[in-house]
Amino acid sequence: MPVFALVDCNNFYASCEKLFDPTLKDKPIVVLSNNDGCVVARSAEVKALGIPMGVPWFKIQQEAKRYGIVAFSSNYALYADMSNRVVEILSSFSPNIEVYSIDESFLELSGFERFGYRAYGQRILQQIADWLGLAVCVGIGPTKTLAKLANHCAKKKLAGDQGVCDFTTMMPAELSQLFGRIEVGEVWGVGRKISAKLEAMGIHTVRQLRDADAETVRSRFSVVLERTVRELRGISCLDLAEVVPEKQQIMSSRSFGTLVYDLEGLEEAVASYVSRAAEKLRKQDSLAGAIQVYIRTNIFKPEVPQYQRAMTIPLPEASADSRVLVGWAIKVLRRIYRPGYGYHKAGITLLEIVPKTNQQFSLFVPPEMENGRNERLMATLDAINGRYGRGSLRVAAEGVTKGWQMRRGNLSPGYTTEWGGLGKVVAA
Amino acid sequence: MRELLMDLARVPGLFVPLLHAPRLPLPIDEVRVSAGFPSPAADYENKRLDINEYLVRNPVSTFFFSVEGDSMQGAEIFDGDILVVDKSIRPRHGQIVIAFVDGQRLVKRLFRRGGRVALTAENPAYAPLEIQEGMELMIWGVVTGKFKRFGA
Repeated sequence: MPVFALVDCNNFYASCEKLFDPTLKDKPIVVLSNNDGCVVARSAEVKALGIPMGVPWFKIQQEAKRYGIVAFSSNYALYADMSNRVVEILSSFSPNIEVYSIDESFLELSGFERFGYRAYGQRILQQIADWLGLAVCVGIGPTKTLAKLANHCAKKKLAGDQGVCDFTTMMPAELSQLFGRIEVGEVWGVGRKISAKLEAMGIHTVRQLRDADAETVRSRFSVVLERTVRELRGISCLDLAEVVPEKQQIMSSRSFGTLVYDLEGLEEAVASYVSRAAEKLRKQDSLAGAIQVYIRTNIFKPEVPQYQRAMTIPLPEASADSRVLVGWAIKVLRRIYRPGYGYHKAGITLLEIVPKTNQQFSLFVPPEMENGRNERLMATLDAINGRYGRGSLRVAAEGVTKGWQMRRGNLSPGYTTEWGGLGKVVAA
Repeated sequence: MRELLMDLARVPGLFVPLLHAPRLPLPIDEVRVSAGFPSPAADYENKRLDINEYLVRNPVSTFFFSVEGDSMQGAEIFDGDILVVDKSIRPRHGQIVIAFVDGQRLVKRLFRRGGRVALTAENPAYAPLEIQEGMELMIWGVVTGKFKRFGA
């Protein structure tokens, strides 16, 4: 019988900024996305002002002036470092950990029951507060969905105590009462669309969803929501995500039944291969940072004029979007195509595969562009060159190096990631 | 940036400059000998000394700050030094600490005796800072060491 804990940091980005800067104590602060666009994090003071998440910064200039809201550009280096530290501490509490996002992790705690789960959760919370100065909430339950819900209760003080809420020690009647007071939209996996549909069916509370007929839910919605219903009932359907090494390359290619002489035919083939590979890419929640296209004549017929060429380009931004990938692949193809040959095989490979960004980032694309972006691009080019042979690598046509400089006007120093960014203490 | 994000998706123990600074060279353990005769030095082989290990006891809770000013000279803390600060150590009377007071980041010695809390300097030119009612004091961490590199 598994027991899950969901530990997440309160106002993570804002908390990281406040941790190192004493002038921000009790001040309303926000953290902005790329190009200082939208609010991606709010301190408790800003939440209290009713300013919503995701609002464009320029739209709330009035409030900013009136309440003295300080805005910061995202200091991803800092947040990543603090996140790694949190995860390192959590790992000492359980070997079974799933890093769900930059500020949320699931732990599996069966085996630690002798401490009492709630007490254990309290120890986790305290150590993170003492060692890192970050406030977290801990939700504990027999399923991931319930752990997430318990965390919500801890955070909003609906149940539990001092930031820790343990459903496993609550009486069924107590839980039912609690679930009857929580909107169904707060359940993990129930977004706006689904909750609207549920409400239309008369399901408004978590309790009602828990008690809904599973079959009906499956037929009216999906197997996924049915699983959620079961999880709400305490039946664990979701394990900790296992760390499976993602495919580092995804290839898609085919030999042609009849020789292809014209560019259009090759373009069609390449487009379909890219689409197929992109599907696999998306299925493993990855993005590709580079793409290789190759075409060749029939090498098993040496009497026929031979031509084969491959070209690899790094993408300006890692992507899993078929249209983007197909677009680049076609560009590359047009560069390597030579008329007059009977092509026998074409293929593509998606390279530089990285995990897709997590939920907190998903609305706001992470910055690929920093100072030194060009160095990184070149480093990637060189790495690919080194691996696939010199000459196989060219920078693609216009657009690739026309980098846009990301505006990050309010970036805090690299307190923990740059020697030049250390916080200064005054000996005075 | 991609690299940082990749890191986040995996289990901990990853590259972070502060936490996993490269160790100095690896142990000397390949000693070629003629068969049957072990090197007399073998028993004394140790891995080379590592500054990180010496200065940082608890990497996950350790942070660095740079010093500006001369009020702690008596404790051999000088302008330009980098302080090693451990947040996991419970601050006690007499320890050198980083304190956030009234919007400032200070390095001071903590005085805490008989209900009186003060932050003292190690330089006769500076008076102790008494912590009164209503003053906001947060002891950020304990200074466990310092280092400096000469030149640039």
